[in-house]
Formats: sequence, structure tokens, C-alpha cells
Amino acid sequence: MSDTASPILSGRELSFVAGGRRLVSDATLDLTCGTTTILIGPNGAGKSTLLKLLTGEIKPAGGRIDIAGEALPAVPAWRLACLRAVMAQHARLAFPFSVYEVASLGVDGIGRALTRQRREAIVADSLAAAGVIDLAGRRYQTLSGGEQQRVQFARVLCQLEAGRSIAERQVLFLDEPIASLDLCHQLSLLDMARNIAARGVAVLVVLHDLNLAVTYADHLVVMDQGRIIAQGAPARTLDDALLRQVFKVDLSLSRAPAPGLPFLLPQQHRSRSAA
Amino acid sequence: MTLAAPAPSVAATTLTTLMAGRRRIGLLAVVGLSLACLLLTIVAIGQGAIAIAPGRVAEILMAKLTGDDALLQGRDVLVVLNIRVPRVLLGLLVGAGLAVSGALMQGLFRNPLADPGLVGVSAGAGLAAAATIVLGDRFLTGTLMKLPFAVLPVGAFCGGLVSTLALYLIATRGGRTSVATMLLAGVALGALSGALTGLLAFISDDRQLRDLTFWSLGSLGGASWTKLSAVAPIVLPLLLLMPLLARGLNGLMLGEAEAYHLGIPVQRIKALTIVLVALAVGASVASAGLIGFVGIVVPHLIRLSVGPDHRLLLPLSALGGAMLLVGADIVSRLIVAPAELPIGIVTATIGAPFFLWLLLRRTSVLDV
Repeated sequence: MSDTASPILSGRELSFVAGGRRLVSDATLDLTCGTTTILIGPNGAGKSTLLKLLTGEIKPAGGRIDIAGEALPAVPAWRLACLRAVMAQHARLAFPFSVYEVASLGVDGIGRALTRQRREAIVADSLAAAGVIDLAGRRYQTLSGGEQQRVQFARVLCQLEAGRSIAERQVLFLDEPIASLDLCHQLSLLDMARNIAARGVAVLVVLHDLNLAVTYADHLVVMDQGRIIAQGAPARTLDDALLRQVFKVDLSLSRAPAPGLPFLLPQQHRSRSAA
Repeated sequence: MTLAAPAPSVAATTLTTLMAGRRRIGLLAVVGLSLACLLLTIVAIGQGAIAIAPGRVAEILMAKLTGDDALLQGRDVLVVLNIRVPRVLLGLLVGAGLAVSGALMQGLFRNPLADPGLVGVSAGAGLAAAATIVLGDRFLTGTLMKLPFAVLPVGAFCGGLVSTLALYLIATRGGRTSVATMLLAGVALGALSGALTGLLAFISDDRQLRDLTFWSLGSLGGASWTKLSAVAPIVLPLLLLMPLLARGLNGLMLGEAEAYHLGIPVQRIKALTIVLVALAVGASVASAGLIGFVGIVVPHLIRLSVGPDHRLLLPLSALGGAMLLVGADIVSRLIVAPAELPIGIVTATIGAPFFLWLLLRRTSVLDV
């Protein structure tokens, strides 16, 4: 029934205004199942705002969003929760929930039709996948920032898995998911995001690290001042002129020999200013 | 993909055991508190100017329930059925309503300090009740005045609703509820309601003043079947609808946006919570006056013992609040017998030091 080639989520000419400022204007973006899309741009470029528009958290001032062939505002919250999972930048918790309870919030709502054994298995698998199963009994507040972020990732994994029993095509949104992770966990989280994409989920990640972005992206989207100014395959999207214009750094991209992907050496910056 | 390896079986087994243990503790707590509540109810019915043994109380209640009229003879039967039972039932309802309102507000505002008494909701309901007492005589005429037990709860409910809504609107900007603003606004709203209530006391006559004093200290003394029949239809829906809110409030602990992402109808949960809290606080203020600290002490105690999951927190708070108020009522009847101490004095005397102890013991109480 579903046409896997057509985008599961498409935003057309989206704009958003807050306090008289245009945070997003004329953004058009498709998310396709099986594809990892990475959104980059300087601080304040409108990346998080665009992500919030696409998740339905905020309503666009103009434009149109379709998810799984339906207009986004017409989809009720519970069905939207089956279609997409979101990991936001900061998640603070009001009361001393345990790690297990936080992760199981992902299946409590939309997984009601599942048996308790199935729900518990989903939570245990997700905690294991995010590498936090040993923390399951701990209170969320007592964890470090990076551990908390991994617990939130486990919650999102739970929601995707529970939603899979209802929606055959899904979207995963990750807003700076690796901001407080160490290198090992950064790579393994992005590995998992790619594996999820390989399973047929459309994945959208907001990242700041350009090297990681080009390494993991199938489709790279560059934003600046609320506009999408370039998108496409990473090797063809980034160039020195774009870097200067968007990120205000005077650096040259190099090419890694084996995969042929572009990469940046920030050390160049130091040597140039020294010279 | 190093971390996506199959779960270490030891960790997974420990997890299953852990969760089974948690569920058993929750179940034990519900069953245990229910039994304790039933026992306390029977003991409370026996306490008072005429002491009646718990066995006799149980006998009378059973006889009444089975319709065995032959056993329903004597003065103690009249006392039990017409005075004590309505009083204890009112105590159970008001206690449960206040404790659940506290737990719901804390969930809604995502703050353990939110309590209808502390943030001015009770004061708003009290103001509306005072206005009904003092101004009702002047402006309400005809059939409406013949229904004081209907007008008072409705008035108090409107007062509670207006205060809760005002508080929420003031403290919430762009979907975020500021805790500091909420507490400060609550104090201001409470002070304003208190001042206006004082103004009403100033212009009231002697009979109205006596009624007003009753409100401000709280008492279950005026309980009757009529009063109970006005309060029960307001508090019972709260207790029945509470399971519908539990999952939503759990999700709200992550924040409103995250709750929406999880598929929770956030606006509906918020609206329902505000209306139910206003209803329950209005009904309890109208029937028993201002009773403080039940809504803050009970949910705290439950969270400390079984955790913050609302699916357990709400029913256990209802049981705990019911027990606390009925227990406090026993104290208020016995401590200066044959006179009665207003119950608000008892709950505040127990609650305030307990609250301070919580603050000293747990540095994280404000850490949200």
C-alpha cells in the first residue's frame, strides 16, 4: 500500500515568525524512509525551529506539512506519536522518576495494545541498545548529562518500536542528540541512528559537528538565517565558499582518501591566524 | 554498532526482578492502605461524646447494609447513622479530594510545592464562599436561597476555578510554566482573596461572621446527609476520572512538548486537571472550610515511599488524604472533648512541621 520511494514527510515553503522576527522562511524539505538527513547551520539559523515545525510542536505561519500522505495538523496526537518520535535538546524531569520509568514513558502511551511482557521487552532492549540498562534502577536526576541524554534516546527507541506495531513508516527526529556525549557514545548513537534509517525509518538529525555530519548524512541540509541555502549529498553540498558564507570560518575542505568525503581540520584556523 | 548488542542477560533478569518487586510493593501499598482506611473509618465512627465499640459499629453498618431492621434499635444506632457516618464519609471525601488535588496540581505545574492551599486556590474558593454567605442574603432571593447547599459549592467552585485559571495564565508563557512566578502569583492571589474576605467579614452581621469564622478554620462538624449529597457528586467524579489523567501527567513530567510528542492530548489533560481541581477544592472548602497541608503532605509522603508514578500516586494519595483527615478529625474531637478543635488547626499543626522536616531532610525538594 505504501510507496516507499515517496517522502513520508514533506514540508513546503514553511515559515515561522516569533516576536516580529522571521525564524524560518520559505523552507522546503522532504524526509524519505531509509534516509538519514542531517541539518547543519550556525547558532540561531533556525534548525531547532524547523525541526519543531516538522514535528508539529509549533504551527507554521505559512506553508504546508504532510506526513504519511495527510496534512500534519489533521493527524491526532496519538497517531502522530506512532508515526514519529522526537528527542529534544533539553529534557528536564520534575520528579524523581527512575531510568526505567523514563524509558517506559515511550511505550506507556502508544503501546497500550501490547502485552505487558512485550512492553517490558521493548524497554529492556532499548535500555540495552542505548547502553544504560545497568542504570535502570537509578533515579534520573542523579545521572550525568550524557547518561540522561542516552536515557532519553532509549525512551525514543521505545516509542519507535511501540509505534512500529501501528505505523509501517516512521520518522525519527534527533535535536543535537550528541551534545553532551563522549566520542565513543557520539559515534555509537549516530551508528544506531543510521541503523534505524537502514531499517526503513526516515531520520532527521540536527548536528553541529560538520565532520560527523558529512560522515553520517545521506542528505545534508544547510540552514542560515532561517533559510535552507543548500541541500543534497554531502560531498556535493559543502564547499569552501559556503563555509565562509554560512559559518564565517575561512577554512578549506579536504578530501579523505578512502570514502572521498570532505572533512575539516580546525587546526588550519589556528595556523592561519598565527601567520 | 557496539552498544546494540543483545542485552546482557544478567542485567535484563535483574531488571525483570526489579520491576516485579516494584509492582508488588505498589499492590501491597494499595491493599494495605485500603484496609487501614476501612479500619480507621470504623474506629472514627465509634469516637465522640458517646463512645461506641468498633465491633458494635461494624454490626450496625452491616445491619443497615443488609436491611436487617431488627438490629437497628437504640440510641447508638441513631448516633452512628445520622451523625457519625455522614461526618466520617465527609472527612473521607474531603481528605481524598484535597490530597488528589494537591497531587494533580503538582503534576500540572511540575513542581512539588504546588498545592491548592499554598498557591491561593483555596483562598479564592474561600472568598467565593464568603461572598455567597455575606452577599447571598442581600442579592439572592426566592428559590435560590432555599438551596444553600447547592449555591455554596457552586460559588466556591467558581472561586477555585477562577483562581486556578488566573494562576495558570499568569505563570505560563509560551507553554512554559515558571515556578517562581507561580508561587509569587499564588501568594499575591491568596493575599488579595484574603483581603477581600476580610472586607466581607467587615460588612457582615453577627450570624454571617460566625459562619465566616467556621470557614477560615475548617471543621467537619456540620456534616449531614444533605451536605454529603452536595459534596459527593463533585468529589467522586475527580476520584473516578483520576486514572484517565495518570498517564498524561506522567508524560507531562518530561515537559509539555515532550508529552505532545509522546501522543498525549496535552491541552485536554491540562483543562481537565484544572476543572477537576477547582471542583474538588471548591466542594471541600464549601463543606469543610479551609483545611491546609493535606494536599502537600500526603502526595509527598507517597512519592517518598513508592515513587512519583501517577498511576500509583493518585489512588494512594486519595487513600492517604482520606485517612489523614479522618484521623485529624478524631484528634480534633478528643483533644479538648467535649468541645471540638477546628480541624484546620490539627492538620496545620501536623502538616507544617512535617513539611519543614521534608525540606530539611531532602535538599532536592525544590530542585526541579
